[in-house]
Amino acid sequence: MTETLTTSRDVADDLLEGWRGRPLAEVLRLCRDLLEDTDFPTVRRWRERGGKVLGHFQVYFPEEIAHAAGMLPVKVRGGPVEMRLADSHFGSYLCSILRSSLELALSGKLQLDMFVSHPICDAARNLTGVWSRNFEYPAQILYLPQNANSTYAAGYLRDEYARVRHDVEGVTGRWVSDDDLRHSIGVFNENRRLMRELYAIKRETPWLLGVDEAYTLVAVGPLLPREEHNELLTEVIPLIRARNARKQDKIRVVFEGGFCEQPPLDLLSVIAQLCYVVDDDLLIGLRWIESDVQDARDPLIGLAEAYLERSSYSPVQHDVRKPKERMLLQRIRASGAEAAIIAAAKMCEPGLDEQVAYSKALDEAHVPYFVTEFEERMSGFDQLQIQLETFVENILFD
Amino acid sequence: MMPTDTETTLIGRGTREAGRLIRDWFGSLDVAAARGEQAAYVFVMGSMAEVLRAFDLHVVFPEINSLQTAVRRVAHEYLGAAEDYGYSPDICGYVKADVAVQLRGGEHPMGHIPRPALAVLTNACNTYIKWAEFWERMYHTPVVTIDVPGSRTAHGGALPGSPQFESDRRYVEGQIRELIAKCEEVTGKRLDIDRLVDVMRLTNEMSAAWKRVLELNRATPAPFGAVVDGTGYLGVLNALRGTEAGAAYFRDLVEELEYKVAHGIGALADERHRLVFVGVPCYPIFRRFHELFADRGGAFVTSSYLWFAAGGLDLGIEYDLTRPIESLAEGVLLGVRHAIDSMLFQDGALIRAIDSFGADGVVYHPVKSCRTVSTGLADSRRVVMQERDVACLYLESDMMDRRVVSEAQLKNRIDAFFEGLESRRIRTAGAPASAATAPVGA
Repeated sequence: MTETLTTSRDVADDLLEGWRGRPLAEVLRLCRDLLEDTDFPTVRRWRERGGKVLGHFQVYFPEEIAHAAGMLPVKVRGGPVEMRLADSHFGSYLCSILRSSLELALSGKLQLDMFVSHPICDAARNLTGVWSRNFEYPAQILYLPQNANSTYAAGYLRDEYARVRHDVEGVTGRWVSDDDLRHSIGVFNENRRLMRELYAIKRETPWLLGVDEAYTLVAVGPLLPREEHNELLTEVIPLIRARNARKQDKIRVVFEGGFCEQPPLDLLSVIAQLCYVVDDDLLIGLRWIESDVQDARDPLIGLAEAYLERSSYSPVQHDVRKPKERMLLQRIRASGAEAAIIAAAKMCEPGLDEQVAYSKALDEAHVPYFVTEFEERMSGFDQLQIQLETFVENILFD
Repeated sequence: MMPTDTETTLIGRGTREAGRLIRDWFGSLDVAAARGEQAAYVFVMGSMAEVLRAFDLHVVFPEINSLQTAVRRVAHEYLGAAEDYGYSPDICGYVKADVAVQLRGGEHPMGHIPRPALAVLTNACNTYIKWAEFWERMYHTPVVTIDVPGSRTAHGGALPGSPQFESDRRYVEGQIRELIAKCEEVTGKRLDIDRLVDVMRLTNEMSAAWKRVLELNRATPAPFGAVVDGTGYLGVLNALRGTEAGAAYFRDLVEELEYKVAHGIGALADERHRLVFVGVPCYPIFRRFHELFADRGGAFVTSSYLWFAAGGLDLGIEYDLTRPIESLAEGVLLGVRHAIDSMLFQDGALIRAIDSFGADGVVYHPVKSCRTVSTGLADSRRVVMQERDVACLYLESDMMDRRVVSEAQLKNRIDAFFEGLESRRIRTAGAPASAATAPVGA
């Protein structure tokens, strides 16, 4: 189960061209370009080669199942696009990620063969209905258990994953064996291990890797075959460790609020100029499972058990064992942070709800924090920069 | 013509009695709060009242408390208090009103509510889950989530007997058994299965009656207004679910409505247009909203609110009392799934309603506070308009927050909607007979 699956591919298979053997700065630039390209060139290339694409909306999806069927699992996470088509499909009081995700699909920039959403919030649970009314390809809801504390949850989730496997087989025409799944779990275990390594660098030597850079390297994962992402991370991690960067007088913070809609990269760059972000919940779904999925007799049980028992936390999952504010304090302590940035996407109810609980818990724990809202399409950061500078100076000169 | 004695006592009885029963129910919660009796906080979509009543727990519906603040025009005081506490203006107004009620020690416009000994919710609305976390933090209330898988696709849910239905049913049944264990722990009582069966029998009666009530409004003229009268009936359906008083109320209501249908008595004196309402009512101007339509002869003949906020009872689900727990699990799965479908995949149901109720217009009312109900409405409207030749009106406002309810703007748009309906009627009347009965999409 722990075999390394990063060396069996050919360079010609790469969807992201030209990253091998390049200096770190150049790889980072290539990754950033890919991330900001709303034409999804790697996904297009995959389809041109005859591959099928499963688009899964935030937050968590067991990508191993799609991978085992030979599909490219792509995280549907919106993007900074102008709304030309999607706005007429929605009302006013809605977060941006829902609109922009639909815009990408309606405009043909992101072409899929199957779409899966999850009832993560009141708004997103409507996406499957919207998709079904507008696209020919299958759209469905994966009902991840909302009662994580029931002893019946794992068995139910195993059956739900089996249903998804069956539906994926229908799209690809390819039967998915347990061994196929075990192989894919191995690929993703390696991927998660590499991302943990990246986060360890951020935590232990944050001057070597800014939050915007780490984010870029993680976020390209669901735009590439995961084997290629593994190879990319394997190549860049030693380059990051070898970086000639000096520790600066910056405060160590945790960034919270990036579990669904993503803050603009420029916003993360502003934060990186002022703070060392030593941990965060950006794209937490990719890192939801915190240790290797165990090799079970039934690999679907292994995936279900990992989702429920060895996983992170987010505002869209209730688990009495993981009160969010306590988990945040734990994240702050474990990463040696001295403050927190508590962000929420505009109109994001779970994020905004959690800001209240987080603020009260941080007050009680005497941890300084900075509260902000963002939108994926925002472009001016001067105001935020001034506010954050003031916050940082207050801590540095306290 | 003077009304007969029967008409005097019968007509309007359902609305009068609903008001009395709800006041009495709030009175009983007030007494329970004063005595420190145990209560469970629950929600309308999957209240699990059958189990909770079997343990003699009071059931408190924070949604109903919250909407009362809006109907009684004091919601802004509660919303303001919650926003001062830290909640964003962009969060559900129901949640914020309840936060303020809790911060006031349970005080609300109808009295006091007891503290929660237990909170029970389903996943029919994600905000339920975030809401219960507030009580968990404030009171350390034990929270039980009954996770009910909805339909996976727009094509509907798995049918009873299929492997997927059985997997889902097993999951729900397991969770109900865990809820029973939690109730036993909280109350210190063992489940009395005979009491559970009694409560389920009463729910069966209410469920059959609710289905009948909704069907009776297919008559022309419609005997009740689906937005104002219907919401009053719905209050009793939820608050008194599984009680003798609730079952008696619905027996009487069916009698009243059948009488009205038999005698051609409508909710409006002059019903000119039959409308379907989609969404949550505009509680800050509850009656006025209805009047804006009624004054122009617009009768709301059905409403998606009467489907999803009934927790699926509009299906007329009947529990099999010989196997209560298993049957309860089936009922909860089918009912809550239907409620979810009525919000997420409602276009098919709306098209069927347009046909069966003979509707000539659909009024969509997406609200800022409720994204579950509102997010898909604009898109769903496109399909309904493609499939049926009906007028559609899309009005955005809120169910709680009067800051986003502009009566003048609403009136302008409603007036324009009726002008469109009238000219459509004139066109149809002037068209050849074959065109007047043109098929779908003509």
